[in-house]
Amino acid sequence: MLKSALKQSLIGGMLAAGMVFSTTASAEETIKVGILHSLSGTMAISETTLKDTMLMLIEEQNEKGGLLGKKLEPVVVDPASNWPLFAEKARELIEKEKVSAVFGCWTSVSRKSVLPVFEELDSILFYPVQYEGEESSKNVFYTGAAPNQQAIPAVDYLMNEIGVERWVLAGTDYVYPRTTNKILEAYLKAKGVATEDIMINYTPFGHSDWQSIVADIKKFGATGKKTAVVSTINGDANVPFYKELGNQGVSAEDIPVVAFSVGEEELSGIDTKPLVGHLAAWNYFMSVDAEANDSFIESWHEFTKDEERVSNDPMEAHYIGFNMWVKAVEKAGTTDPAAVQDALIGVAVPNLTGGYSAMMPNHHITKPVLIGEIQEDGQFDVVWETSGLVAGDAWSDFLEGSKDIIADWRAPLSCGNYNVKTAKCSGQNLE
Amino acid sequence: MQMNQRPKSFLRLCLGLLLFGLTLPVLADPQAEFESALELLSERSYDTKSEAVRKIVASGHKKARAVLNAMLEGDLYTRKKEKDLVIAVKEGSQYRITAVVTGEDVGLVKKRSLKKVSINNQLRGQLRGALALLNLDNPDAGERLVAVNELLDSIDAESAALLRDGLEKESDPDVREAMELGIALGEVTSKDPAIRLQAIAVLDGSMHPAAFNRLTTLVEQEDDSDVRKAAQAAINSIDLKRQMSGVAETLFFGLSLGSVLVLAAIGLAITFGVMGVINMAHGELIMLGAYTTYLLQVVMPEYPGVALLLSIPVAFLVSGGVGVLIERGVIRFLYGRPLETLLATFGISLILQQFVRVVISPQNVPVSNPSWMSGSIEISSVLSLTWNRIYIIVFSLMVFAALFMILKKTALGLQVRAVAQNRAMARAMGVRSERVDALTFGLGSGIAGIAGVALSQLTNVGPNLGQSYIIDSFMVVVFGGVGNLWGTLVAGMTLGVANKIMEPWAGAVLAKILVLVFIILFIQKRPRGLFPQKGRAAEG
Repeated sequence: MLKSALKQSLIGGMLAAGMVFSTTASAEETIKVGILHSLSGTMAISETTLKDTMLMLIEEQNEKGGLLGKKLEPVVVDPASNWPLFAEKARELIEKEKVSAVFGCWTSVSRKSVLPVFEELDSILFYPVQYEGEESSKNVFYTGAAPNQQAIPAVDYLMNEIGVERWVLAGTDYVYPRTTNKILEAYLKAKGVATEDIMINYTPFGHSDWQSIVADIKKFGATGKKTAVVSTINGDANVPFYKELGNQGVSAEDIPVVAFSVGEEELSGIDTKPLVGHLAAWNYFMSVDAEANDSFIESWHEFTKDEERVSNDPMEAHYIGFNMWVKAVEKAGTTDPAAVQDALIGVAVPNLTGGYSAMMPNHHITKPVLIGEIQEDGQFDVVWETSGLVAGDAWSDFLEGSKDIIADWRAPLSCGNYNVKTAKCSGQNLE
Repeated sequence: MQMNQRPKSFLRLCLGLLLFGLTLPVLADPQAEFESALELLSERSYDTKSEAVRKIVASGHKKARAVLNAMLEGDLYTRKKEKDLVIAVKEGSQYRITAVVTGEDVGLVKKRSLKKVSINNQLRGQLRGALALLNLDNPDAGERLVAVNELLDSIDAESAALLRDGLEKESDPDVREAMELGIALGEVTSKDPAIRLQAIAVLDGSMHPAAFNRLTTLVEQEDDSDVRKAAQAAINSIDLKRQMSGVAETLFFGLSLGSVLVLAAIGLAITFGVMGVINMAHGELIMLGAYTTYLLQVVMPEYPGVALLLSIPVAFLVSGGVGVLIERGVIRFLYGRPLETLLATFGISLILQQFVRVVISPQNVPVSNPSWMSGSIEISSVLSLTWNRIYIIVFSLMVFAALFMILKKTALGLQVRAVAQNRAMARAMGVRSERVDALTFGLGSGIAGIAGVALSQLTNVGPNLGQSYIIDSFMVVVFGGVGNLWGTLVAGMTLGVANKIMEPWAGAVLAKILVLVFIILFIQKRPRGLFPQKGRAAEG
């Protein structure tokens, strides 16, 4: 009896001592940064790289002396490509680990799943992936492209520079392609494209049998009018799609495919011969000729100890987002999320394409838009770019119902969903 | 719009030069023209490069074809130090370069000292057009055919005239046919109704998309009723042919999808069908086969084809070996407890996935197709069958036949069937049932590995490869009738064809759902599938 009581108190004391030790160590000397990217499951293919990018950025910042005189400490969790788990892990990061900001998520559904958690606990999330727009949260900073920073300029390029008259909008069947295609369809029709010149096609996730769809595209493109495919096909399914295009003899000169989800990372896993000449629209390519980019790639290779590792657009988004956060924290003089949220708006930091990106009041950023052609070595050659920076538009101007909505998180409006016609602020906002 | 016109006017320019080149006054020394044009190629702007290509063609220089060809193939480089153009061919880790202007061999250099003359799609199109014109008198008939076909899409009066000249000298029947088609395409817009009628007669029955398009516009614009009638009749007959080849195409697509399903499911037909083990790790055994192909291609990068053929037996051994380990290590303790088997094998599947993720990479890995598996065989202009699919259909039938023979004609097959039908009796007859269990499971797993080799040629090779096929595999086996190989074959092919028939009007997503609903309804009516086991085996 006595023995066991003694044992218990001993263990209790040891645990308490340990806890005190760990809290003093972490609370006084470091600022915690949460990294919420899947390291296992289906999305691990894309998200692991972003975790490594964040670790590298934090390490570099610490070498420069940290932030506000403290060291940064990364807290990595694995939400395992499981959407509800994203919300749980986000809560763990904010409530238990007390992180100052979180960098994470890839798919729109994972972002939607953590959104209520961030709004409830009033923390900060940096979301680095191109997405379908139609959202602006007080707690989320969107460093990836909105549709007007990727899809619309790509269509403009095809229409004005290549002379495309017939359009195939092909996508994977989920929210990002469906919304993007809705916006594109409205945009094309506004530009005078007839309904019979637009073909829309959706396929399941990981679709691998593209025979009949490619045959349909081939027939659709055989009318003599220049045809192009605008592809929102999700990462993985692209490889068999391009292979089938190559095998059925559809070359990029006949029917170019412009993709919004194919980057250097995706291409590094495949044989690029049949893809040469097809296009992608991004805000960054690894092949971009800029000093900032060269030194970024150099430190990336050093960090991963692998000369072959590629860099891609979402990595640049994290680079921009992290530097913006650092600057905003320095500006606010604190890591308190509410103060940093206000300080972030208007912050401008260098991007990797040789210019500056600024955080807009709608929590989206300004970026250049680049169109690149796939080369045999798996890299992109930039064939066109916008003349200046494009500011991200949270609410599309081409969709009924979202036309009149703006987002502005500066006082006195402080609203992510403000209807200029009815002068009402609805949803997604906190008092 | 602008871009569309540019190649056309450019085409006219070259045609003009080719036709009347001799009578044109020579503007400057062709050698100097050629060299100054070459310098422009090193510029970064694509417009400048396009201008340079035009000038190279116009110079009529004898090296023009070689330069343009190298540019199209991506073999044209500028040397960074010397700033001159070279043609570079890879030799080992270095590049052997030849100076374009002098034609002399400059030796071997590292890639870093070279900068590629990059081209974009418009330039690629322009180069092909220019080469087509230069190739019309190529001694090789195949090259001439390519050249004529290149011209067909944008026939006008001048190119038709050029084809007419070519036709007089042409002896190859295929090239002649293509040339006649081209001339007719040009003559459809002739002012003389009689010539138009003649042209329609030639176009009638042609499956080339340009013929159909020209005829359609002709019907809309034609004033002469006879001509319009003839054109309409020609369109109708082309339409009929198109529909027929559409049916053939759908059937082929269906059979090829079906053969993929059969390949993925046939291993499961052994482990689940014959042994009754619900093996959720079946997909990962397929994945291991695909990774074996990848690793063999890494070992011998120069011979992707040999590596692919070699990986068939190796993948069988790898996946089969893993299968035997799974059976000996886990499943044999769980016979007769299907739920626990399901959970245990599901766990194994997760372990195998994460194993590949950690040891190799979470990313997909590149598996290249050997050249004999790329491209397609053209039956007509609208119907072409891709080689990789043809190989997969043949391969899946071969695997099926081999497995069938093993089960029916070998001692092992006899024992497998005996144990499956009546374990106690088989043991009484001296069959070592435990050994047979392990071998049967290994056989099914090995076949899954072979399926992985085939799938590596069609789809992504990554840790998730198996998951995409596990549901389909179970579907095929259950639909076909558990324990029946023929059932698996027929079920796989039926589902493939049904899927492809529905896909054009229902869309890929809905087609998949409909097939699933159909199977559920079918199983309600016939719970034992298409070909139920009969007799005593059914009770076991």
